[in-house]
Amino acid sequence: MTTLVFLEHHEGELQKGSLGVLGKAAGLGHPVSGIILGSGVEGLAADAGRYGAATVYVADDPRLEAPLPQPRVDALAQLVEEKGIETVLFAQSILSADIAAALAARLDAGLNWQLVDLEEQDGVLVGKQSALGDSVLVDVGWTSTPRLGLFRAGVFDPVETGAAGTLERLDVRFEEHSLLAEMLEQAHEETSGPSIEDASVIVAGGRGLGAPEGFGMVEELAKALGGAVGATRAVVDAGWYPYASQVGQTGKNVSPALYVACGISGAIQHKVGMQGSKVIVAINKDPNAPIFEFADLGVVGDVNQIVPKLTELVRARSS
Amino acid sequence: MKIAVCVKQVPDAAVTKRIDPATKRLDRSGETALNPVDANAVEEALRIRDASGEGEVVVVSLGPEKALDALRKALAMGADRAVLVSDDAAAGSDLVATSYALARALERESADLVLFGQQASDGDGALLWAAVAERLRRPMISQAAELTFENGSVTGKRQTEFGYDVIRASLPAVVAVADSINEPRYPSLKGIMGAKKKPQDVVTLSELGIEPDRAGSAGSRTEVLALSAPPPRGDTRKIEDDGSGAEKILEFLAEKRLVQ
Ligand SMILES: Cc1cc2nc3c(=O)[nH]c(=O)nc-3n(C[C@H](O)[C@H](O)[C@H](O)COP(=O)(O)OP(=O)(O)OC[C@H]3O[C@@H](n4cnc5c(N)ncnc54)[C@H](O)[C@@H]3O)c2cc1C
Ligand SMILES: Nc1ncnc2c1ncn2[C@@H]1O[C@H](COP(=O)(O)O)[C@@H](O)[C@H]1O
Repeated sequence: MTTLVFLEHHEGELQKGSLGVLGKAAGLGHPVSGIILGSGVEGLAADAGRYGAATVYVADDPRLEAPLPQPRVDALAQLVEEKGIETVLFAQSILSADIAAALAARLDAGLNWQLVDLEEQDGVLVGKQSALGDSVLVDVGWTSTPRLGLFRAGVFDPVETGAAGTLERLDVRFEEHSLLAEMLEQAHEETSGPSIEDASVIVAGGRGLGAPEGFGMVEELAKALGGAVGATRAVVDAGWYPYASQVGQTGKNVSPALYVACGISGAIQHKVGMQGSKVIVAINKDPNAPIFEFADLGVVGDVNQIVPKLTELVRARSS
Repeated sequence: MKIAVCVKQVPDAAVTKRIDPATKRLDRSGETALNPVDANAVEEALRIRDASGEGEVVVVSLGPEKALDALRKALAMGADRAVLVSDDAAAGSDLVATSYALARALERESADLVLFGQQASDGDGALLWAAVAERLRRPMISQAAELTFENGSVTGKRQTEFGYDVIRASLPAVVAVADSINEPRYPSLKGIMGAKKKPQDVVTLSELGIEPDRAGSAGSRTEVLALSAPPPRGDTRKIEDDGSGAEKILEFLAEKRLVQ
């Protein structure tokens, strides 16, 4: 069984999620290789070896400098075909998801996503997929090779094996359409001030606040509880609150003692960033909102009524 | 500009979604709706069409005959035409098979721009556009929260794990939009009445020249083997706010010693 793990990197570091998947794959007992694509990235190969890759394929090319998916699909498709690779695994990210899906189309290869585990049962690979907002666990399989798998963010921790991998260089032949997108700008905010990752109480707001001004009452409640403010991607994207406060798959991973969700639906990408909170309280006017499935206390009601009143009550109690 | 928008009919948000243990497929028998973020994609298409003062918006879907309801909602919002790929043999299509069928339907349209929503609420995939873009051999931008057009190209701003990317792609291109890109309009009564008269084309796989072994289970490369219950959660409690919601929360926080 030949397995390849796509190793994503950012600012000169292999990403933890990819290394976790690499460790998982190596743990299944077959030699696993890793692939690193970028410009000036050969130095990362040694790290890949340390975390379980027996062979590390590296394509170093200026056309792979920007983290765009399609040129990477060319590299992966080429390697899979040349080496007869049977399984390609990815850790969920914006970039990896796009690559995995496009590679599935390019190779007519089955892709299973939202995987939380992978097992070998009598020599057959079976993926464990958490589906329908975590309400069901599905055993999924592949009916042909190559098999593609995309793991949910952060399900495995990297394991250092100490071994050194063999480096193999790859020359990528790019398809014309793969070079038609161009990265103009990457604005990567430097965060200042205390990170919400360290806060013991987080009061988070979503689109149910109705308008950017709604964050006023969220900030007041956070202040009364001695906590920090979090936000969903929907409101961060809309410019209501800064990116540094975003909780979820593409934001921060938080696990405070208390998480108060105000006007947040509880989409899976938000949930994965806050489900480790010790106590979750949710206020949402829709009784069917998914957040109620995992909130310790859910109140079906209007944030505009409840949040200011709760702030007053907390203040009155502590004064 | 000619714009195609891929939309999906999904179980309504109020329906508890379940996988039918017999077929191992999603139970689609209950109330349905247009996938919420696909309404954002339709809205964006209408705005682009109306800003340029010309062009056409065609909505495209793969699904059972009743998915026409979702397409009609898009027509009522203002889309010009609908194409539904519907065929019993397409049931159970996975990403490989779905992207193939949609790409064949989209090839007939040769749109300048193909829009997608960022994810179907019933699959949590957030993947399909990338497979379709690859089959159409077009550049793509995913998760776009803002779009601008100039000189035959589209520029999208989108969020990643690290901040914001700005990506430019030459047209024709495939773009998936995030739910924050706009506020979808509600169809007007006039729009709803008018939708009935707009062209609604239902096509079979063979009409698109799709070989039977490339659709449905035969054309899929993944399978569902078994279903089981997820690991148990702790206790959850849900109450209605009858005016005492804030007091109830405070009591709960006090009980958990989360307030002094
Ligand atoms: C690849 C990808 C990555 C993503 N990454 C993230 C991420 O990192 N973090 C993240 O948060 N999301 C992420 N998302 C987006 C996610 O899928 C959801 O779209 C988002 O979390 C929804 O935000 P929301 O809850 O604020 O908005 P909505 O889903 O619109 O929910 C708003 C809620 O407010 C309620 N409401 C409305 N008015 C009131 C009122 N007056 N009082 C009380 N309740 C009210 C509504 O009932 C509704 O449930 C990602 C999506 C994708 C595809
Ligand atoms: N059966 C379908 N027919 C047409 N478009 C679809 C279909 N399924 C998904 N889509 C589109 O693809 C997007 C992403 O879906 P997914 O990758 O399944 O989460 C959706 O928001 C729709 O725009």
